[in-house]
Amino acid sequence: MADNIAIVKYNAGNIRSVDFALRRLGIKAEITDDSARIRAASKVIFPGVGEASGTMEYLRRKGLDVVIRRLSQPVLGICLGMQLMCGYSEEGDTECLGIFNTVVQKFITGKVPHMGWNMLEDTRSELFRGMAAGSWVYYVHSYFVPENTHTVATSYYNGRFSAAMQRDNFFATQFHPEKSGSYGELILKNFISL
Amino acid sequence: MLSKRIIPCLDVLDGKVVKGVNFVNLKEIGDPVDHGKWYSEQGADELVYLDITATHEKRKLLAELVKKVAEKINIPFTVGGGVNQLQDADALLSAGADKISVNSAVLLNPSLIDQIAKSFGSQFLVVAIDAKKVDGRWIVYRNGGRITTDHELFEWASEVWMRGAGEILFTSMDHDGVKEGYACKELAMLSETLPIPVIASGGAGAPEHFLEAFTEGKADAALAASVFHYNEISITGLKDYLKNHNVPVRL
Repeated sequence: MADNIAIVKYNAGNIRSVDFALRRLGIKAEITDDSARIRAASKVIFPGVGEASGTMEYLRRKGLDVVIRRLSQPVLGICLGMQLMCGYSEEGDTECLGIFNTVVQKFITGKVPHMGWNMLEDTRSELFRGMAAGSWVYYVHSYFVPENTHTVATSYYNGRFSAAMQRDNFFATQFHPEKSGSYGELILKNFISL
Repeated sequence: MLSKRIIPCLDVLDGKVVKGVNFVNLKEIGDPVDHGKWYSEQGADELVYLDITATHEKRKLLAELVKKVAEKINIPFTVGGGVNQLQDADALLSAGADKISVNSAVLLNPSLIDQIAKSFGSQFLVVAIDAKKVDGRWIVYRNGGRITTDHELFEWASEVWMRGAGEILFTSMDHDGVKEGYACKELAMLSETLPIPVIASGGAGAPEHFLEAFTEGKADAALAASVFHYNEISITGLKDYLKNHNVPVRL
């Protein structure tokens, strides 16, 4: 059966860029906030650029918080998506989805946002299959997740933080694979072929 | 470790690239995707498309260009020019721009910075500042350097940061086009006093100038147009040079 990929639609910026990246790989996806369609998808991508508290409120209003938490197919959270999959975010003092039992903290040293290309290290997940050590990926974020038991890759910015996390069927990256050149495309491809 | 960024700037007129890559046979002259793709394959970390279209009617061509670029290019890109109000920013975001850069419009209406940052986030907003030294003071200019303002560079840079700019793109008009290096002293002052990334612009003529912008100037990124446009410097070669001088770059 052909893959059917759902991109969770919500009030976050630049969700289309994930769709564009998939299309460059010849993969069709559906951008949707329909619970049934999301549940029925073979893979779900939960992207995002935006603010945590407003976004969680929106997800709760739409009932998408419960839907996402209960998904059993592979799910990929990106950037804000990854942060919302954690237990709690300092951004807007926000209770999040709790898929990853960890907190999201604000960068308090260095320039904020952490913006640009940073090196991916300590990679240990199928997501990074075929990637050379020390590959560069693109980040834009002001909050970060410290290293924890779910961490499957790190980067360094005034300290080491979680570049990617994984728990059961839930995957997440702090960086933007859809903007990370050919390595980013490889990561998306690896996720789709899980 | 976060890398320093190399950013080629492409000029856009009526929806077509007029100053992009001048030395390769691109299929379609002026195609924004072909030019952008060429640079991204050479190792550009980001792209800036700067719209120099004069007429308002042709401005909607910009959104079409942005959409084409967003569909095909796999690195981040900024769109400059053509943003005079919140709706313009919204249109470019919807078309797929990762960031927009504003200059004259926010000098005339500074609260536009607050509005854009609040609506779409600081990470979406680059504020470009053109300045030149007049009687010992760095004065900010608008409208492509044609009109002087009452603002002083460091005061204005600090204001745009406080209003919510995510990055500052500083062009020294004294250095621009001269190809003798960036305004490193002023860059360093901006970079050390502001908690947001600073992009150096104006003055690149040789690889050493990029090195100086990152070391002396403490810039987070360096932008250039003509040295890349006329292939006086190749991005690949430049990055090798920087790496050999211990500047973190993405290879």
